[in-house]
Parts: sequence; structure tokens; C-alpha cells
Amino acid sequence: MRCLIIAEHDGQNLNTATARAVAAASQLGVEAIDVAVLAHGGQALAEQAAILEGVSQVLLLDREENAHPLAAVLAPQIAALAEGYSHLFMPSTTFGKDVLPRVAALMGLPQISDLMTVKGPHHFERPVYAGNAIIELQCPPEQPVLATVRTASFKPVGTGDAAPIETRALEIDLPGHTRFVALEADAGDRPDLQSAERVVSGGRGLGSEENFRLVEQLADKLHAAVGASRAAVDAGYAPNDLQVGQTGKIIAPELYIALGISGAIQHLTGIKDAGTIVAINKDPDAPIFEVADLGLVGDLFEIVPQLLEKLD
Amino acid sequence: MKILVALKRVVDYNVRIQVKPDGSGVAVEGAKMSINPFDEIALEEALRLKEADKAEEVIVVSIGPEAAQQQLRTGLAMGADRAILVQSDEAVSPLHAARILHTLVQAEQPGLVLLGKQAIDDDSNQTGQMLAALWGRPQATFASKVALEGETATVTREVDAGLETIAVDLPAVITSDLRLNEPRFVKLPDIMKAKRKPLDIRPLEELGVTPPPACQIVRWRAPEPRQAGHKVETVDELLTALKERGVL
Ligand SMILES: Cc1cc2nc3c(=O)[nH]c(=O)nc-3n(C[C@H](O)[C@H](O)[C@H](O)COP(=O)(O)OP(=O)(O)OC[C@H]3O[C@@H](n4cnc5c(N)ncnc54)[C@H](O)[C@@H]3O)c2cc1C
Repeated sequence: MRCLIIAEHDGQNLNTATARAVAAASQLGVEAIDVAVLAHGGQALAEQAAILEGVSQVLLLDREENAHPLAAVLAPQIAALAEGYSHLFMPSTTFGKDVLPRVAALMGLPQISDLMTVKGPHHFERPVYAGNAIIELQCPPEQPVLATVRTASFKPVGTGDAAPIETRALEIDLPGHTRFVALEADAGDRPDLQSAERVVSGGRGLGSEENFRLVEQLADKLHAAVGASRAAVDAGYAPNDLQVGQTGKIIAPELYIALGISGAIQHLTGIKDAGTIVAINKDPDAPIFEVADLGLVGDLFEIVPQLLEKLD
Repeated sequence: MKILVALKRVVDYNVRIQVKPDGSGVAVEGAKMSINPFDEIALEEALRLKEADKAEEVIVVSIGPEAAQQQLRTGLAMGADRAILVQSDEAVSPLHAARILHTLVQAEQPGLVLLGKQAIDDDSNQTGQMLAALWGRPQATFASKVALEGETATVTREVDAGLETIAVDLPAVITSDLRLNEPRFVKLPDIMKAKRKPLDIRPLEELGVTPPPACQIVRWRAPEPRQAGHKVETVDELLTALKERGVL
């Protein structure tokens, strides 16, 4: 049995989701874990993948068409690469969720989304109903397992000796019907929401985009990433990539501070694995207090300035 | 151009889900059922495209039990022109659903297929992508903005890094994210009108689509509960507690 993992990157750096997928693969008991890097000018990326602990080999597919992560372009290459592997994993990020189902359909195989527990090489768990239920799955051992890995469930592997890098060239015609136009990314220098140890999130209770600065100020003081509820994103207080929850990011920081967030089930799904949850909300009956390790009932516009002062 | 929209009947998002004590499933008998919220957004987008003269016909499709006619009728009341129910009492896997939709796509030849990015019951987030692969056409998932111009759709996608824009040639599959639009409310006269719109029922067996090999669900369980902690009274108490826990 061998597992292939498709690396996730932004063209410059591998992101930690890849190291988390390797961690999940390490629990399968497979003979080899290979990582494929599909990129344009990807030598440095391949080198980053090669030092991930437990990786046996890195396959580099360097090709101009791979400059941007377009599912229609990547999927046929991945399906070809996956030949001979018993497992194919991608992180359950917007990248993996976009690409892997396309690969699965090309291979005529089912796919597991958000794999959260490895109980055996063909025996897994995953959440359904926004995390309100967990299902245990037994997959047919004679066919490859394709899964996206719920990143919050696995700690990223460390680094070690470099594994060999093999450059592959595939003779495949790639479609031209899908074209990258632009990426509007927030180029802030705050820690990345998905890998940060501390996160400060704001909800509708902030009341305006201007007031949302308070969330950012507290985050900066704590060297934390900034998150938001859907209501805060919908209202335009924060950009979409900061949304935490069922349809946003699933995160597992050591410290999560929720400011003016009620704690709807779809939001809580995103923070179940956080170490310590702190809630600041003026409504003592807000559901967020049912999961918060530390709750403080009160007006955030009084509490947060005090926190900022005392943290100095 | 025709637009095909897939609607899944799911337990309403406000229903509290509980796992049955014997681990055989979730206790949802008699629960309120609705159109999957993401699919409702997909339908709204299709209707807006039709209203902007970018499409002539909107067809809603559901794969599900007889009762899924309710959700299709709601779709017709929102403004879809006709409906197809592929009747199946068993839940179908995403790949199976994609194969079923693919046979309908081959028959109907739509210029666009719109679906929700995920269903809020199994949270799979696969069917649209799988359909696009089987059809050999582009996919634009997690859409928060769609602009049609001639034979091209320019789609803004909500991705982890921010907002990505791609251009896809039609026909194509687009899956909706929550911020694509806000679906309209149906009005009573529209519900009456919807009763006269065509709703075609086709038993799944008649489609001749073979179910792909799938993983078996062997057990359901509730997630480990998070213990509620305690409330502190002041900012100082909060800071002390955080330091004691070693997170500050
Ligand atoms: C299919 C679907 C998917 C969804 N996915 C997500 C998701 O991924 N993430 C997500 O977050 N939501 C998601 N939602 C939305 C979710 O149901 C809630 O609507 C949303 O989380 C509410 O955000 P909120 O807590 O900021 O707002 P509200 O529920 O309005 O809560 C605001 C809170 O702020 C408090 N407050 C107000 N003023 C103050 C003050 N001055 N000081 C202190 N506290 C104050 C109030 O007491 C209240 O508790 C989804 C919904 C659906 C249907």
C-alpha cells in the first residue's frame, strides 16, 4: 500500500495543510508516502515537500499550465499520477475540495470528504450535518481510497532528512476551457488563520467595519490571526477568507477569542478543536457560552479596550 | 440557453440534529425538510440570469423520495419553468448523483448547470465537480459572483486565500457559495401557479445508471461534547485564567 498526497501551495510556499495531510497518511500503515507537487517553477516547493517527515519521494510536475490551481487542468494529471497507489489524499481546503472530486469522477471512484480519524487503512471517520454527527466508514479494500483530510484533526508533521525528488513529465493534453483571471488576496502580515496558534474573531456584535478594527487591534496585541462569523462577513466588516465555520474555515488554534459572536451551530463547527475558547458577549444566554472555556458577559466595547490596556 | 439546477431535499438547517442511541443514523423522522440552502441560492442565480435574458428556460431537478416533489414545487414557485424528479428512496452517493445528473444533462443539453457547493446533510461538496468531470466541461466552484458574456462565464470564487476569478467556456458547471445572492421569498399566487407547471417523475431504475462502488457507513455517533467552562466576572479574572492555562 502506498499513499500519494497532492501538495497545496501558493507558488512560493507549501502551506501547512500539506503537512497535516502527511500526518493523516502516516497513520495508515502504508509502505510509502509520496507527495506530488504540481506547479510552474516548482523546484523550491518540491524541496519543501521533500523534508516533511515521513515522505518517501516527491514527484514534481512542472508545467506552465500548473501555474494556477485550476481543477480542470490538474485533475487529469493527478488521475494519471495516482495509478498504482492505494490512497490519494488532498487537504480539505478550498483547493482539495475543488480538485479531488473531479479526480475521483475521472477515476470512477467514490471520495471521502473531511476525513477526521484513521481507524485502519480502509476504516475512517468523518463529520456530517455540520459536525453534529460523525460517521464511521468501511471502504472496499480492493479499490483506492480517495479522501480530503480535515486539517484541524491532524497536527502537521515536522521536518527531517530530504527525500528524493523525481521530475515527471506526463503526455496529457490539458483543456483550455478554464482560465485563471485574477486572485484578490489579503496581503496583510498577520498570521494565517488556518495555522495560527491564536485567533481573535468578531461577529455581528461589532456593528460596523470601523468597529471591526477593535478585533484586529486585539489580534495584533496577541500576535493572533483575525477571524469572523458569517454575519460579519456578509455585512462587509471582514473579507470572506476570514470566515470561520461550516462554510468557512475549520480551525484548531490553542486560543480562540470570540467577540460579539452568538455561537450558531454553523460557526461552532469551525472551532470545535480549539484549545481554549473565550467568549465575550453581552447576552448571558448566547449559545457560545455553552462551549466557551472562559466566558465574560458584557459589552465588548468596554471590555476589549480594557484588555488592550492591560495587555500592554 | 437552458439552465439546469439541482435541488436536494434536506433537513432544514434550523433543526437540531441528534444521533440515534443505537448508532443507526440521525433522528430526523418528522423533521422540517427544505431545499438545501446552497441549492436555493443556485436556483436564484439561474432565475436572475433568465430575467436578464441570458437564458430561456430554468429546469429544476431533484434526486430523492416522492416527497421531494415539495421542494421541486417550491422551486417552480420561485420561478423555474419545469421540474424533474428522479425518484429514489435510497440516498445516493455524490458520484451516483453526478452520473444521474450527467444522463439528464445529455438529454437536456443545458448551457449551464448550477448546484449548491455542498448539501448541509452529508456536507460532501463533490457532486458539481464530479458532474463537470463526467461531462468533460469546466467547473467553477464556490461562486460568489457570476457574469455571463457570450459563450463565457466569468466567476468569482471564494477560496481560502481570498477571491479568485476564473473564466470558463460554456457549457459549464457552477456551484454556489452563500454570498452569491439572497434568494427571493415565494408569494402565494406563485405557489398556485406552480401547481400547473410540469413535474416529470422518473424512477431511478429506468435511467439505467449503475451505482458506483461506495464506502459503507458502519456506525453513527455523536461528536465528543465540549465541556462548558465557567464565566469570569472581570477582565483581570479573565487574564489570570488565561495565564493559568498557559495560553497567554
Ligand atoms: C448553510 C449555512 C451555513 C452557514 N455557515 C456559517 C459559517 O461557516 N460560519 C458562520 O459564522 N456562520 C455560518 N452560518 C450563519 C449562522 O447560522 C449565523 O447566522 C452566524 O454565525 C451569526 O453570526 P454572529 O454570531 O456574528 O451574529 P449574531 O447571531 O447576530 O450574534 C451577534 C452576537 O453579538 C452579541 N453582541 C451584540 N452587541 C454586543 C456588544 N456590544 N458586546 C458584546 N456582545 C454583543 C449579541 O449578544 C449576539 O450574541 C451559516 C448558515 C447557514 C444557513
